[in-house]
Amino acid sequence: MRTYSPPASNILAMTPKQRRRLAFASALVVAGAGAAALIIYALQDNVLYFYSPSDVSEKHIASGVAFRVGGLVEKNSVKYDAGATIHFVITDGRTQVPVDYTGVLPALFREGQGVVAMGALEPSGTFQASEILAKHDERYMPPEVVSALKRSGRWKEGQ
Amino acid sequence: MTAEIGQLALCLALALALVQSASGLLGVRSRAAASVASGAAMGLFVFVALAFGALTYAFVTSDFSVLDVANNSHTLKPLIYKITGVWGNHEGSMLLWVLVLAVYSAAIAFLGRGGVKLTSAALGVQGLLAFAFLLFILFTSNPFLRLDPPPFEGAGLNPLLQDPGLAFHPPTLYTGYVGFSATFSYAAAALITGDSDAGWARAARPFMLIAWIALTLGIAGGSWWAYYTLGWGGFWFWDPVENASLMPWLIGTALLHSALATERTGAFRSWTLLLAIAAFSLSLIGTFLVRSGVLSSVHAFANDPARGVFILGMIGAAVFGALGLFAWRAPKLEGGATFEAVSRETALLFNNVFLAAVTTAVFVGTLFPLFYRALTGRDLSVGPPYYALTFAPIFLGLLVLVPFGPRLAWRRGDLKEAVRALMPAIGAAIIAPLIVLTFAAPRALAGSGAFAIAAWLIAASVIDLSKRGRWNVIPASAFAAALAHAGLGITLMGIAGTTLWRSEALQVLGPNETMTIDGYTLRLHGVYRVDGPNYQAARALIEVRENDRVIATMAPEKRLYPAEQQDTTDTAIRSTGFSDLYVALGDERDGGKWVIRAYVNPLAPFIWAGAGVMALGGLAGLWGRLRVMFAPRLAPQAAE
Repeated sequence: MRTYSPPASNILAMTPKQRRRLAFASALVVAGAGAAALIIYALQDNVLYFYSPSDVSEKHIASGVAFRVGGLVEKNSVKYDAGATIHFVITDGRTQVPVDYTGVLPALFREGQGVVAMGALEPSGTFQASEILAKHDERYMPPEVVSALKRSGRWKEGQ
Repeated sequence: MTAEIGQLALCLALALALVQSASGLLGVRSRAAASVASGAAMGLFVFVALAFGALTYAFVTSDFSVLDVANNSHTLKPLIYKITGVWGNHEGSMLLWVLVLAVYSAAIAFLGRGGVKLTSAALGVQGLLAFAFLLFILFTSNPFLRLDPPPFEGAGLNPLLQDPGLAFHPPTLYTGYVGFSATFSYAAAALITGDSDAGWARAARPFMLIAWIALTLGIAGGSWWAYYTLGWGGFWFWDPVENASLMPWLIGTALLHSALATERTGAFRSWTLLLAIAAFSLSLIGTFLVRSGVLSSVHAFANDPARGVFILGMIGAAVFGALGLFAWRAPKLEGGATFEAVSRETALLFNNVFLAAVTTAVFVGTLFPLFYRALTGRDLSVGPPYYALTFAPIFLGLLVLVPFGPRLAWRRGDLKEAVRALMPAIGAAIIAPLIVLTFAAPRALAGSGAFAIAAWLIAASVIDLSKRGRWNVIPASAFAAALAHAGLGITLMGIAGTTLWRSEALQVLGPNETMTIDGYTLRLHGVYRVDGPNYQAARALIEVRENDRVIATMAPEKRLYPAEQQDTTDTAIRSTGFSDLYVALGDERDGGKWVIRAYVNPLAPFIWAGAGVMALGGLAGLWGRLRVMFAPRLAPQAAE
C-alpha cells in the first residue's frame, strides 16, 4: 500500500485514490460550512435580549416579541388572583413593568429581591411571563439584574 | 490546629508538585529522575488527601474558627451534609478538584504503561497542573483561613445543596473532568518524547474511559438532580454550566473513537492528540469559566475578580502551552496511515466531524452572550430554541450514521454488506415510528422520527452482537460499543417522550378538592407542618386515583431553612418505569389553598436509564482494557 502520493494540481491527472480523497475532503468542508451556517442562522433569530424596565419603556418593543426583563420585585406589588396567576411589578428604581405569571414561583422569589422574567409584552403593556428566574441564594444576584440596576443608578442603594 | 495541619500539607503538596513536574520532565532523559517523579506523585496524593481530611474534620466538628466552615456550615446540619458540604463551596470544591488530580497522578505512577519516558513526561505535565492549581488555592481560595473571633454559629449551606445529590454529583463530575487531565498529560508527553507509535493512546485509554464513564454518570446525575429538586419537571435547561459539562463529554466521546483508530492503524494521529488537548481544555473552561461568575448560571459561586484573572491565566497557559507544543512537535510525528473511503476509519472520521460540529454549536451558544456583552455592553441569552435548531439536527444526523461504524472493517469496509447485515434494524426503524404514529396522542412527527432513530440504534446494537458468534467469544470492546450505542437510543426515547408528550396541570386546591391530569385524579388531603432537623416543611398529602382506585399517596413538600432564610421544593415523583407522575407544591394562597403543579412525563426514566447503559458500555470497555493490561503475556504491545 502506498502511503504518500505527490499532490497533483490537475484533477484529471489525479489517481483514483487522490480523486476520492479530494471528494472526501470537499464533503467535510461542505459539512463544516453547513454547520457554521446553521449556527449563524440559529443565532440570528433565537437569542433573547435582556432589557431593564427603563429599556422596555424607551425602546417601544412590539408586543409578542420574546425577551427577558429583570430588576427587583417591587415592594407590595405581588397580588394573587383566584386562579394560579400572579401579578407583580418589576422595577429598576426608575421605571416599572407590570408582569403576569401563571405557574409556580421559584423558591427564592420575594418582594424587593432580584428577578428575571422571560416572556413577551401584551398589547396592554403587561408583560406575560412564561418563566421566572430568581436568584439562587442570598449571595448571588443575576448579573443582568446587577447591570440593569447599575444603569438606573440604584445598585447598592441604601446598603 | 487541624487548619494549620491542612495548610502545612497544602504547602508541602505545592513543593512536591514542583518536584514532580521538574523530575518528571527530566525523567525523559534520566531514569533516576523518573523514579523521583513517581515518588513525588505518591507524596502529592498523600499530602493533598491529608489537607482534604483536615478540612473535612473542620466541617464535621463545626470548627467555626475556620472561615470557610463558618461561611458554609451550621451545627444543626445533618452529618451527611456536613461532609458533603466540604465541596459545596468554592474553596472546598477546588480542594476536591486537586485531590482528584492527585489521585490520577498517583494512578499514572502506579499503573503507567507505555514506557518509562512516556510515563515520566506525563507525570511531569500532571505535576505542572497540580502546581498551578495548588498555587491558585493557596493564594486566592485558601479553605484554611482563620476567623477571629469565631462566630457562635455558621451561616449554613445553600439548602438547594442539602440533598443526597451533592454526595455524588460533584465527585463523579470531577472524576470525569479531571480524568481528561490524564489524557491531556499523556498527549503532551507523546509530543515531548516524540512517541511515534500510538503508545500514548494505549496508555491513556483506561483514563479516557474512566473519565468518560464518570462524566456520563455525572451529567446524567446532575440532570436527575435538577429534575427532582427544581420542581419545574425539566431535565435539561441549557444552562451554561450544563453546557460546560456537555462539551468535554462530546469531545471526550470523539476522542474515545478517534484514539481507537490511532491505536489500531495509526490513522488520525495528530487529530487524536488535538482532541486530548481539547477535551481537557473544555473541562477547564467547564469548571472555571462558569464558576468565575462571568456567565449567569445556577452554579456560579461568589465572584472575585482576582480569581477570575488567575483562572483565565491558567486556562490560557494550559491551552496555549499545549497547542504551542502541538504546533511545534506534531509535524515531526510519523505521517498517518491510509484507508479507503468506505472503512471503519471513515466512519470514525464522520463521528468526529459531527461531534466537533455539535460541540462548536454548544460552545458558540454558551459563550455568545459573553462576547456580545463585551462588544456592546448589553445582555442577551441563548435559549433552547437555538439548541433545538443546531444541536438537535447535527446530533440526530450523527445518530443515524452510528450503526454503520461497528459493521465496517478497518482500512477497507464493505458498505453493501453492512447495509445487508443491518436490514432488520432498518425494518425496526420503519415499524417503530408507525407504532408511535398509531398509538401516541397527540401525533408528533418529530416523535416518530426520534423513535425511528432509537429503534435503529438499539436494533443495530443487537445485530452487531449477534453477528459475532457466541456471547463468550465476543470481545469486551464490541459489548462496549453495542451498549453505549443502544444507551443513546434509550436516552433519545426518553427525551422525545418527555418533551413531546408531557402533560402539565396547575391548579389552586383547598382541602379535599381535586384536579385531574392524564387519567390520574389528585385529591389534596391537606397540607401539614412537619419539622426536619434544620428546616420546617409544609407537606401536602395528595391521594392519587386511577380508574377510581387509590394507587398512591404522594407527599410533595415546600421547605423553609431558617438558618439560611431560603426555601426549597421537594417534589414527589411516582414512577412506573415508563412514565413519571411528578407533583410539586407551590405557594400558599388565601383561605388555606395551595398551588399544586403536576406533570406526567412519559418515558422520563429512560433518559437516565439510557445514560446508565452508556456508562455500562464504558465499563465493559474498561474491563477489557484492564484485563489486557494486567495480563502482560497476552499483550505484547503493553511491553516497552
